[in-house]
Amino acid sequence: MRRSIPVLAAVAGLALTLSACGDGGATGTGTGTTAPTSAAPTLTGTLTMWVDETRIDSMKPIVEAFKEKTGVEVDLVQKISGDIRTDFVSQVPTGEGPDVIIGAHDWTGEFVNNGVVAPIELGDKASGFATSAVQAFTYDGQLYGVPYAIENIALVRNNDIVSDTKATTFDELVDEGKAAGTKYPVVIQQGDQGDAYHLYPLQTSFDAPIFKQDASGSYTNELGLGGENGEKFAQYLAKLGKDKVLSGSIDGDKAKNAFLKGETPYIVTGPWYTTEFTKAGLDISVLPVPSAGGSEAKPFVGVQGAFISAQSKNKLLANEFVVNYLTTEEVQTELYKSGGRLPALTAAADKVDDEVLKGFLAAGATGAPMPSIPEMGAMWAFWGTTQVQIINGQAKDPVAAWDKMVDNMQKAVDES
Amino acid sequence: MSQQQTLDAQGEAPPGQPPQRRRSLGGGTSHARDFGKGFFVKLVLVALIDAVAVFGILEAVAVQQWAIVAFLAVLLVAVNGVYFSRRALPGKYLLPGLVFLFVYVVFTAIYTGYVAFTNYGDGHNSTKADAVEAILIQNERRVEGSPAYPLTVVAQGDELAFAVVQDGQAQLGTAEEPLAPAEGATVEGDRVTGVAGWQTLDFAALAQRQEEVVDLRVPASDDPTDGSLRTQDGTTAYVYQSTIVYDEAADTMTDTETGTVYTPDSHGSFRAEDGTALTPGWRVNVGLENFTKAFTDPRISGPFFSILAWTFVFAILSVVTTFALGLALAIVFNDPRVKGRRFYRSMLILPYAFPGFLAALVWKGMLNVDYGWVNEVLLGGASVPWLTSPVLAKVSILLVNLWLGFPYMFLVCTGALQSIPGDVIESARVDGASRWRVQRSIVFPLLMVSVAPLLVASFAFNFNNFSLIYMLTGGGPNFEGTPIIVGHTDILISMVYSVAFESGVKQYGFASALSILIFVIVGVVSYLGFRQTRRLENF
Repeated sequence: MRRSIPVLAAVAGLALTLSACGDGGATGTGTGTTAPTSAAPTLTGTLTMWVDETRIDSMKPIVEAFKEKTGVEVDLVQKISGDIRTDFVSQVPTGEGPDVIIGAHDWTGEFVNNGVVAPIELGDKASGFATSAVQAFTYDGQLYGVPYAIENIALVRNNDIVSDTKATTFDELVDEGKAAGTKYPVVIQQGDQGDAYHLYPLQTSFDAPIFKQDASGSYTNELGLGGENGEKFAQYLAKLGKDKVLSGSIDGDKAKNAFLKGETPYIVTGPWYTTEFTKAGLDISVLPVPSAGGSEAKPFVGVQGAFISAQSKNKLLANEFVVNYLTTEEVQTELYKSGGRLPALTAAADKVDDEVLKGFLAAGATGAPMPSIPEMGAMWAFWGTTQVQIINGQAKDPVAAWDKMVDNMQKAVDES
Repeated sequence: MSQQQTLDAQGEAPPGQPPQRRRSLGGGTSHARDFGKGFFVKLVLVALIDAVAVFGILEAVAVQQWAIVAFLAVLLVAVNGVYFSRRALPGKYLLPGLVFLFVYVVFTAIYTGYVAFTNYGDGHNSTKADAVEAILIQNERRVEGSPAYPLTVVAQGDELAFAVVQDGQAQLGTAEEPLAPAEGATVEGDRVTGVAGWQTLDFAALAQRQEEVVDLRVPASDDPTDGSLRTQDGTTAYVYQSTIVYDEAADTMTDTETGTVYTPDSHGSFRAEDGTALTPGWRVNVGLENFTKAFTDPRISGPFFSILAWTFVFAILSVVTTFALGLALAIVFNDPRVKGRRFYRSMLILPYAFPGFLAALVWKGMLNVDYGWVNEVLLGGASVPWLTSPVLAKVSILLVNLWLGFPYMFLVCTGALQSIPGDVIESARVDGASRWRVQRSIVFPLLMVSVAPLLVASFAFNFNNFSLIYMLTGGGPNFEGTPIIVGHTDILISMVYSVAFESGVKQYGFASALSILIFVIVGVVSYLGFRQTRRLENF
């Protein structure tokens, strides 16, 4: 009768598959049934939290401490960084989503548009945060996430190759880099599909931001990268491509390795790589990106934070964790120490004494948060693709290619 | 596949059993009624299955997933019926396979078909009820400039109330009763610590009743326009005002500030007369719209035909080149005069042993224009744009696919060649046929009988060879200035992917419709192909 075994496996597998499809009650049911036991701290509930692999290690001690403080157990679920956002959008409506998700502010638009996140009220605590951090998570006048870390890109210098930067423009920087005699004067990562994020400081120095900003600094729906300024930037990109300063074949890994091997004195990158640089024993400084087009070069600011699911059955506990716990100076400092990003809470950020992070802070001081509208996905695709075509010389007429791109972007915005 | 193998392995004592079984059925001592050791093992196993199924049913009932309840109930009856019945011997072998077929193939296919007729995607992500709820919670906003109240939640049996300090006085309110001065309240600083007759909820008690607490709205005063108190964390309350209200009877949303009325439209959104819509919307059936869009939307129909053409070129050339090389090598290594055939054969199938997507990534690195091994080492520092020029990228894809695909053809051709009886060839030679003539008129036709269906299958596979394209070029180099991001090397399935997912706004409904169209194309081509191969068999 051994033939029954596959059947058992089949049904067990089935039951799992099907209950994964349709069971909404499994998450966070710990609250109703717990009876206080004698010695152990009372379990007041269980929260489910999704974190990707890059952030899970810094979250572990935080949730441990939270459990000790409140008796609420946080069940950390590691998701792949490429899937976490899509999975959240598709699973929250089925009831299978988490109570809390840790992510980046530019997810806000997509989440709100799909109705999967709940508004958050920070009250007086909001004033303790960097204004741009709170603004980043604000969508249509409502706050949807609590920020804990800020990051942006800047110019990183290898002090062993070049110890002093006198350049005030990007062209001078390229000359300095060439004088250093390394393989590359400066690297900015691109890749096949381009990388508009890493080129954005150069673009803003031509006064061609992605969207125009209103007086309060928030984005309008009007594209800012068209017109004369944008076209000048397109021509500048073509020139950098022709001079082999930029290349579509240098992707993130190649850029990082070039800097690690001392093949370039300068790299435009963010804190995610500088930790590797310092670990490898490099002596580095972080500087603002010099202007290429005459105006100030402003990078995008990215903010990390926590969202609460619109379908959470544990809203009160989730708010306790996100609004009352994650916003404390202690936790923000702890997250800075393990994650290596600037805390979003001003009180914690003021105590940061790391020269590298201070450099990033200075370089990003005037930067605006990345737009979080749902159409940004399409924007990035058009943007990066066109830039790399201009750099590679595939687009023979950079100005025409740029105008076509602006046209396509405008259509994508209008369509929504 | 593995299921099949397990089943085969389970067919203990294959040749002897069936006659025995027939005898036992006739003789009255049925296998199922034979209360031996085996019976009790079966009893335990089926009981376990039943327990799991019943558990599944209860869970599904709890979340009101009636389709799953029905499916599990049918399954439960079927399992018990098949394994305890006397007559259902074939069923015992078929049932597990059928169940898997249903869950992993039929269900998925039906679901894809269903999604293809809906507008499921970003902005239309869930049910109408969810959309209504999301619109309401997104538009319940804190009254600007209103204070934050340190809050104490108190309970009287089932009823909950908020206790706050307002103007130095303790106030209490419930869902029905607006805030009013509370009698017998003790206050510490700006927080109420207790109200006579009410039980103060501590954190653990709040956690127990959190949904009630979060859902509670206490009117700030008798005037509803003053808004209501609500809390998200049980310790602080704010005054909220809904800017959009839902009229359940009329099924409309009304903006309380502007008076705009939003009514549900045919595409799953609340829309005002001026065309503005509230987000999010919900999933609705849109009929054939997704299918017609592939041909009418100029953004898609523009590149569609050039991509369709390349898809056919890619799939056909992939089959032809891999088959030609595989066959040539198979013939060479089938000749007994070649020394070390075994060694060569195992070396030749190595590419087949690599996971395809991994190999594609490695090739991508090797073909990089500036740093690739091919340009740097093999061509001595040339800068051939293997993956960045439209024509060369296509050539590179075909070459890499040749590298990946010929071992398979080599294997099947070797097998087919070895199964051709030697005496047929020998008698041809005796009759005076030349070596070439034997190959052309005897070996090749016999080979095609067994290999031709595999060529059709290989065509179907390459038609949808997403991982190679995605990993090697990502569809690039991209077309210049097209309104969707697709490139010279995109095939239909990778175009579907980039339209449905990478263009920023996810459109599952449209993607499902396109994949059904692709299925139809592949199905028709395969049908024609198989009809041709049947003719070969009659040869």
